[in-house]
Amino acid sequence: MKIMTNYSNAIKGLLGLLKGLKITGVEFFKPQLTIHYPRKEVTNLATYRGHIDLVAKEDAPLEPKCIICGKCAEVCPSACISMEMHVKGEQSFASPAECRTITVGHGIEIPFSGLRLPPAEVIERELDSFNLDYNYCSLCGLCVQICPVGSLTFSKDSYLAGTARKNFEFDLLQRLRERSRRSSQTTTAQEKR
Amino acid sequence: MMSQLLSYLSLPLVHLILSLVVILAFLGVNGIVLIYVERKVAGFIQRRPGPYEVGPWGLLQPLADALKLLSKQLVTPMGADKILFWAAPILSFAPVVICFMPMPVSPMFTGMEMNLGLILILAFTSLNVLALCLAGWSSNNKYSLLGAARAVSQSVAYEIPLLITVLAIAFQTGSLNLSEIVASQTKGIWSWNIFVQPIAFIIYIIAVTAETNRAPFDLPEAESELTAGFHTEYAGMHFGLFFLAEYSYMIVVCAVATVLFLGGWHGPFLSGPFWFILKTYALILVLMWFRWTFPRVRFDQLLNICWKWLIPLSLINLVLTALLVKIVR
Repeated sequence: MKIMTNYSNAIKGLLGLLKGLKITGVEFFKPQLTIHYPRKEVTNLATYRGHIDLVAKEDAPLEPKCIICGKCAEVCPSACISMEMHVKGEQSFASPAECRTITVGHGIEIPFSGLRLPPAEVIERELDSFNLDYNYCSLCGLCVQICPVGSLTFSKDSYLAGTARKNFEFDLLQRLRERSRRSSQTTTAQEKR
Repeated sequence: MMSQLLSYLSLPLVHLILSLVVILAFLGVNGIVLIYVERKVAGFIQRRPGPYEVGPWGLLQPLADALKLLSKQLVTPMGADKILFWAAPILSFAPVVICFMPMPVSPMFTGMEMNLGLILILAFTSLNVLALCLAGWSSNNKYSLLGAARAVSQSVAYEIPLLITVLAIAFQTGSLNLSEIVASQTKGIWSWNIFVQPIAFIIYIIAVTAETNRAPFDLPEAESELTAGFHTEYAGMHFGLFFLAEYSYMIVVCAVATVLFLGGWHGPFLSGPFWFILKTYALILVLMWFRWTFPRVRFDQLLNICWKWLIPLSLINLVLTALLVKIVR
């Protein structure tokens, strides 16, 4: 009896091998999935998570939705977000360099960018710059999750490259304004046509 | 003048040297082509393009690789047995050249007609194991030694079913001369031995895959366990020779399979060397297909397949063939 099951198993195994050959044989003739990068670029970036970007207000494309609550800077585990701002009608008062450190666990010190600020309704303020140090970002997305007004998204900048650290230190506010200016220029150019 | 040249050509020694030169040139070109084909097949099966950037469709990639290997320094590891270490790659490649001598590519292109051509090929292909053993032993490296040990036990095990199946074909034909074996398969496709002896063909292909150390039986160089197995310590053209030898053995065993099972130079129409080469390379493509389909077996599984299945099956096949041959004659 055992011998018979041995034989049937062996035959089943051989048929399984043929099935495997069929799968790879069919794959051989299917079209390639590789995109030859410098000549072509990937188009399906809907789920791509690049560095974070500010989202503009619907009615004012030059202004971000950001209410400067500082939660993103606080939650960031790599402390790569910092911002400069001023109270409306006053001069700039918080600088990104003012980072405290907190001690966790076994005496490890980590930088803490806790900008404990009163809510936006109490003190009205305006953003001067929104700095992202992408060198340290681990793309965890906590800042995107925590943002109460949905002012942060992941960019679709999949071919970001640079040769120096400076290439990855962004002012997101400036980027937002440049982007909206560029898009408005192209739309006006299209309208002119 | 012309007739004098032809008379020179018919001298056995001149013929021998000429065919050796042709075989050497062919093996070099074959190695380069097969590396390219292997990488393209791997790419296509995984839906990648394979080599693409060097030359049109990456055609110059193997040449670039060969140049790289040629220009690298040959390093002998500390504590290695220097003479054996240097001899092993040469010993691995040299016997292949002789394996091609009795190969009947067509009635016109045969290096040397030999009564015992089949035995010669089997004898010289099994020399490769010795070279692998030497390479593993002389490298003074645990991975190399383990790879060599595996190579020896694997090759010794798989040589047995290989010989027995080949013997069955020899029984049936009544000859060890490769040309005569081809000549016995002239009566159309259905007289080819693959249809007369299908079990023998399957056993031969499995045994040959193991014998040439190719996936799924590439345990002597299992890269996930043994870094690179017996050729861990080899660099540059030493490694290149092992590589060339591997691909040359592939084409030897596929050519032998063509002769034994697929009717050699005979085709359904227009018989000629063209058919021989076509069948050989088709078989090589099948071996590559195996490599990129099947995962590597475990070592005990490898030996189980051989001792528990292939050897009994090939023995049964041999006995049945002997009986049938006796009855028919």
